[in-house]
Amino acid sequence: MYATRPEARPATVEVLVDGVAVLVPAGASAAAAVLLAGSAAIRETAVSGAPRLPYCMMGVCFDCLAEVDGAANVQACMVPVAPGMRIARQLGARDALMPEAGR
Amino acid sequence: MSFDLAIIGAGPAGMAAAVEARALGLAVLVVDEQPAPGGQVFRAVEAAHGDAVLGTEYSAGLGLVESFRRSGATYRPGTTLWHLDPDSGEMSLTPGGPAVARRVLLATGAQERPVPIPGWTLPGVMGMGAAQIMLKTAGAVPSGRVVLAGQGPLLWLLAAQLQRAEAPPSLILETTPKGRLAAAFRAGGWFSGRGLLLKGLGLLRETRGLPVQRAVTGLRAEGEGRVQRVAWDGGSAECDTLLLHEGVVPATHIPLALGLDHAWDAAQQCWRPVVDALGASSHARVAVAGDGAGIGGWQAAVASGQLAALDAAHRLGRLTLDGLAQRAAPLRRMRAEALALRPFLDALYAPVAAPVADQVLVCRCEEVTAGQVRAAARLGAQGPNQAKTFLRSGMGACQGRMCGATVARIIAETRGVAPETVAPLRPRAPYKPLTVGQLAGL
Ligand code: FES
Repeated sequence: MYATRPEARPATVEVLVDGVAVLVPAGASAAAAVLLAGSAAIRETAVSGAPRLPYCMMGVCFDCLAEVDGAANVQACMVPVAPGMRIARQLGARDALMPEAGR
Repeated sequence: MSFDLAIIGAGPAGMAAAVEARALGLAVLVVDEQPAPGGQVFRAVEAAHGDAVLGTEYSAGLGLVESFRRSGATYRPGTTLWHLDPDSGEMSLTPGGPAVARRVLLATGAQERPVPIPGWTLPGVMGMGAAQIMLKTAGAVPSGRVVLAGQGPLLWLLAAQLQRAEAPPSLILETTPKGRLAAAFRAGGWFSGRGLLLKGLGLLRETRGLPVQRAVTGLRAEGEGRVQRVAWDGGSAECDTLLLHEGVVPATHIPLALGLDHAWDAAQQCWRPVVDALGASSHARVAVAGDGAGIGGWQAAVASGQLAALDAAHRLGRLTLDGLAQRAAPLRRMRAEALALRPFLDALYAPVAAPVADQVLVCRCEEVTAGQVRAAARLGAQGPNQAKTFLRSGMGACQGRMCGATVARIIAETRGVAPETVAPLRPRAPYKPLTVGQLAGL
């Protein structure tokens, strides 16, 4: 769980995390919004259904794959929040993802 | 769009290279995945430089970002490089379409070294770099009981920053084995690198009130559905957030995919692209600068970025050989000074090669355990490229960024061979996984 420090960065952008409105600072990523919302998970793994939250926040681990504004498999730590953005937990889906050419 | 020099990455090396190359009259493209320049070290510095908890070294990055903004380079933030054809200089980029460049500089920086301990996939376990990004991009701090576990300069910087933000860690578990400090002084570099050393000592002094356990082994994260406890050989503590760090390694994903020559860095236990003094790689069009060519920190990255820009100008006929030599000399001195403390740091914080227990997930994406990798090695998998076909490790969304090095290490141990004899995972394009929608847009 994370908390903002309003004295440093006021939370001014309202987004929806799994349908619940959360105020986050401008410049935060969609993954940061999920952490600030206190969600239990941002995705469940395709193999075992285990819950995950963002791990690296810098585009390396892909544990932040979520549904952002209806699009699946978005690397949420790489997307800055925008007013009204809808961020939803992703359940196992990986069908639309092509890690390598020729698969 | 056609350019003299395309720079991938807008961190210290990429920004410095762009400024230098523009000053020499080159048409420069800078592509970066982040929404604003700065890289990870100066991430979001334009928005956060006034936040005192981040420290003065961080705010000093603002000057570099401002000169980059003024440089006249074509800057494409929020843009991903999917593919580069080094022979033609053609790049597939989204959003915004392709570009071509006569020379390409990879300045893609570093990633945190993965720390595969039991339970590291539990929600609430993160890299220390991730917590720093929360601080820089959102001003946010972990709440509740926060434990920092691992080693390296970043651990003490983060501890100090969290303490300044009145969210100090409840416990620090340092994994540096006993006797390392003496080894570090023997390795040398501390006198010529004393400026940086003093800065480090300042952080230690600032955080001396925090509870620390030293020479910790056997780290594991435990909990139901999320981390609730961290345990180690001889102890355990409740925690809500566990932040791990065992140093950083070059982000070799694109250089390896391009087939650039790499060398094993024994001190830092990682692969790095082979480059000459000006950053030129084994491919005639491609250079690598900054931490991506070997971990040296942001000051060394700035100098190496400038050197690579001079080399590009020379190769493209905009700078004579004499001019190159003249301008390169002071930059090479600056870089050597910035790297002076490296032998000391490398010896002090040498990665601890603790065996990874069989049940630990080494591949977070496809959920492959260390035991499965060992079994594959016994069945004849020579390295991570074979393990991938056996087990799918490296075939998931991260394309091996998180598991490649661990899989290689486990296979080397199982086969009883030196790590440098196991070829690293060879990634393929696209450099990031594509969704069907993105593919249609290319
Ligand atoms: S949190 Fe690791 S890729 Fe987004």
